[in-house]
Amino acid sequence: MSAIVDQEPLGRRVVLSPAQQKSRRARNIAIGLALGLFALLFYIVTIVKLGPGVLNRPL
Amino acid sequence: MSDLSYRLEGAPIADVCNASPSDFVQLLKPRVMSLVVLSALAGMLLAPGHLNPVIGFASLLAIAVGAGAAGALNMWYDADIDAIMIRTRGRPIPSGRISRDVALGFGLLLAGFSVLTLGLVANWLAASLLAFTIFFYIVVYSMWLKRATPQNIVIGGAAGALPPIVAYAAATGSVSLASIVLFAIIFMWTPPHFWALALIKSGDYARAGIPMMPNVKGAHHTRLEILIYSVLLAPLGLLPFALGFASILYGVLAGVLGALFVALAARVYRQRQGEAAETAAKQLFAFSILYLFLLLALIVAEHGLGLASLAAQ
Repeated sequence: MSAIVDQEPLGRRVVLSPAQQKSRRARNIAIGLALGLFALLFYIVTIVKLGPGVLNRPL
Repeated sequence: MSDLSYRLEGAPIADVCNASPSDFVQLLKPRVMSLVVLSALAGMLLAPGHLNPVIGFASLLAIAVGAGAAGALNMWYDADIDAIMIRTRGRPIPSGRISRDVALGFGLLLAGFSVLTLGLVANWLAASLLAFTIFFYIVVYSMWLKRATPQNIVIGGAAGALPPIVAYAAATGSVSLASIVLFAIIFMWTPPHFWALALIKSGDYARAGIPMMPNVKGAHHTRLEILIYSVLLAPLGLLPFALGFASILYGVLAGVLGALFVALAARVYRQRQGEAAETAAKQLFAFSILYLFLLLALIVAEHGLGLASLAAQ
């Protein structure tokens, strides 16, 4: 959508209202946090499933 | 989209989402989720042996998100009737804050991720049961039964009763009598809970064309069925104590609460006219939530907070 819109002449571009920009920013932050927590959860679960032996290896 | 100020003259109509994160949280039906989490936690804590708390937490999270996904998909499918009913017209889709397509994508994404996560974190039996729960709630209940039969919430109630079985399976890789007992309690609790609401909101359901029991069989017949299910529920609530996985404290509480449940259902049965009838139905509806919450919370407290030794007495 944005790629198409960006090719429009200046006067025909979609311009978000301040309220829409604010809600989009809030959604972006929420998605970022959710993805970050999801990755963190999988990391922790992986460590737990591997057990303490994961640290017992030659450096 | 109520706010069209982004659209300049001659510009294409852009499908810009105005929803805030809290609108998406509303799609998950957080109040239903909280009861799902509590019942799943109770089922998980009834499991024998030790479960790593991280695995337990991640499993509960997956079950909660799966329940939320089912809620979002339910709102996607029921958007037409939600817009008609006063109780539901403020939801994100009928109020125009989220489009149906966005809700569908959100629900499917969360459903897929929750099932995959539970499979990877716990086991694939639990993941399969979670997938079945979501399927049952959306396809069997929402798409088929809800608009077809007054027994909709009786059969559909199985979806809401499954979380303890899913959680027990996540902890053990199997299904046991303990988790089936919790399923049975929630399953039997669902009809009087929802029919009390349906008595109060029968006009709403009639406008939307939903064949709830009061609209099809009449209020009197519904009151009788509420009483019958309540009488069946009260002894079922005692089973965790009778079968030895809850304490005498739970047994006493379940007995008292069960008796109160039946007494309130009997009042709904007797009070058939006017404000007294509505008050009786409202009180039963409110008490039914408290009933299930207290029973599940006591099981959680006994098994999760070191009070499990009481259960052995």
